Amino acid sequence: MTTPTDVVHERIQHISQTRTLVLDNVSKTFSTGTVALTGVDLKVAAGDFVSVVGPSGCGKSTLLRLASGLDDATTGTVEVNTDSTSYVFQDPTLLQWRTAQKNVELIGELRSKSKIERRKAAQEALELVGLGGFEKQYPRQLSGGMRMRVSLARALVAEPDLFLFDEPFGALDEITRLNMQTELQRLFALKRFAGLFITHSVSEAVYLSTRVIVMSGRPGTVVADLDIPFSYPRPPELRFDPAFAELSGRVSAALEGDHR
Amino acid sequence: MTTETRAAARAMSAPTPVVPDAAQPAAESPARAASSGTGWRVTKKVAASAGPVVGAFAGAIALWYLISYLVLPEGRRFLLPPPHQVLTESVLDWSKVQPMFEALALTAQVAMTGLAIAVVLGVGQAILMSQARWLEKSLYPYAVVLQTIPILALVPLIGLWFGFGFTSRVIVCVIIALFPMISNTLFGIQAAEPAAHDLFTLNKATRAQRLWKLQMPAAVPSMFAGLKISAGLAVIGAIVGDMFFRQGKPGIGSLLDVYRARVESENLLTAIALASLFGVLVFAVFSAIDKAVMAKWYGRR
Repeated sequence: MTTPTDVVHERIQHISQTRTLVLDNVSKTFSTGTVALTGVDLKVAAGDFVSVVGPSGCGKSTLLRLASGLDDATTGTVEVNTDSTSYVFQDPTLLQWRTAQKNVELIGELRSKSKIERRKAAQEALELVGLGGFEKQYPRQLSGGMRMRVSLARALVAEPDLFLFDEPFGALDEITRLNMQTELQRLFALKRFAGLFITHSVSEAVYLSTRVIVMSGRPGTVVADLDIPFSYPRPPELRFDPAFAELSGRVSAALEGDHR
Repeated sequence: MTTETRAAARAMSAPTPVVPDAAQPAAESPARAASSGTGWRVTKKVAASAGPVVGAFAGAIALWYLISYLVLPEGRRFLLPPPHQVLTESVLDWSKVQPMFEALALTAQVAMTGLAIAVVLGVGQAILMSQARWLEKSLYPYAVVLQTIPILALVPLIGLWFGFGFTSRVIVCVIIALFPMISNTLFGIQAAEPAAHDLFTLNKATRAQRLWKLQMPAAVPSMFAGLKISAGLAVIGAIVGDMFFRQGKPGIGSLLDVYRARVESENLLTAIALASLFGVLVFAVFSAIDKAVMAKWYGRR
């Protein structure tokens, strides 16, 4: 970190005290010359759950990697105003040689938390995702949905202010997927973190989010930004509500519009 | 995994080309059984395949007799004495077999010492190479070269430098068993998922945390694959070492050469069978350890 960056960081933190994540006119061009994102502006505050939908290859995942700091933006600024960010990957990304409990404890180990502390935190996180009693199981002994729950618990254990999701339910079957959505909005209602959720699914985006952002195909840029006003916790039946259908229709239309 | 297993099985049977037909099915079947499961599964499979195995064994014994009595003229029968003669003259004569077991124990000691050193050096070098691209670039070619030098070409030099005893025998084992450990461990270390690496990066893991909590555990399956191959090679190395470095107590390799020189075919055949059984045993033991660890983490494969 150079001094000028720190100054900018501090100033922006001052201006946008409540913004957990601020992307300002962000572009990303890969070394291969591929332009993944152009001119993306995005603000996510605590209590915002923002979903990003868009066609394949529109740079949704790139957006998340920039937000997490795994990659750097080519131009523009990415400001993260918290030390506590969690990232949920497309695959559960569990360590096969560790039990569910030990997989969750990993975060505490990497952050040099005491054994008692991280054990307690891991147990609480597993309880929270409905996996109490499965602590001693190895990933291979768990179903796909349960593995994703362990992955969620591992992300929760860091007590994140900013929660980044990279299409975490994309590989799950429909029933498990709906269960995981119910689970996630319950956790969000409980913790009120700032969430940024990447998905292909319009209904998933509308069901989970306070805001849905639609991106265009490559190079990706924001083409629509819709508020989703339903209160939390959201019952699964919300998906059959006419208002839900109307909002889903608008998101789909924005996606379609991009194809014309 | 299966190709490696098969390669290792082939490596195991390498010291036995001189074995008469009869020893072949007997030496091969336990290896096959050991590589297909553990515990009751093995017992069941062995029982199911016992028929053909016994049949093949009987056939091989019959062939052996045929060669001893019909192919070889009386004056040359010493080249392949009939099975019962091998039994009475050698296998069942404790005074003949006892020195073989003593020699085999020494050879086993050489092989396991060499293997242990090869594992430590191999894993150490792989870890070193995984830490920096320039280290990998500068060290790996030498590992490959070491692998391709015919071991017999190095034997005189090793003798000259380290004497003609235990130390040199162990060195031969190390040289011959080292490469599979290096290459397999390095491959395993580099095989950790990119997403898992991201997870460690996002949590600001140190280099040491990444190595010990992610890369080394991820390398365990391929390390065991390497260990199985290296164990087999270490046995071969020990027997080769025995033959060339004769100072101190004899190993089974030196006895083989003594029996050849004295034209004691019965003892020669018994010693070959013992050496082969030892090789099979080593392979079976390391396969079992491999299976046990892998089953715990990855389920049965």
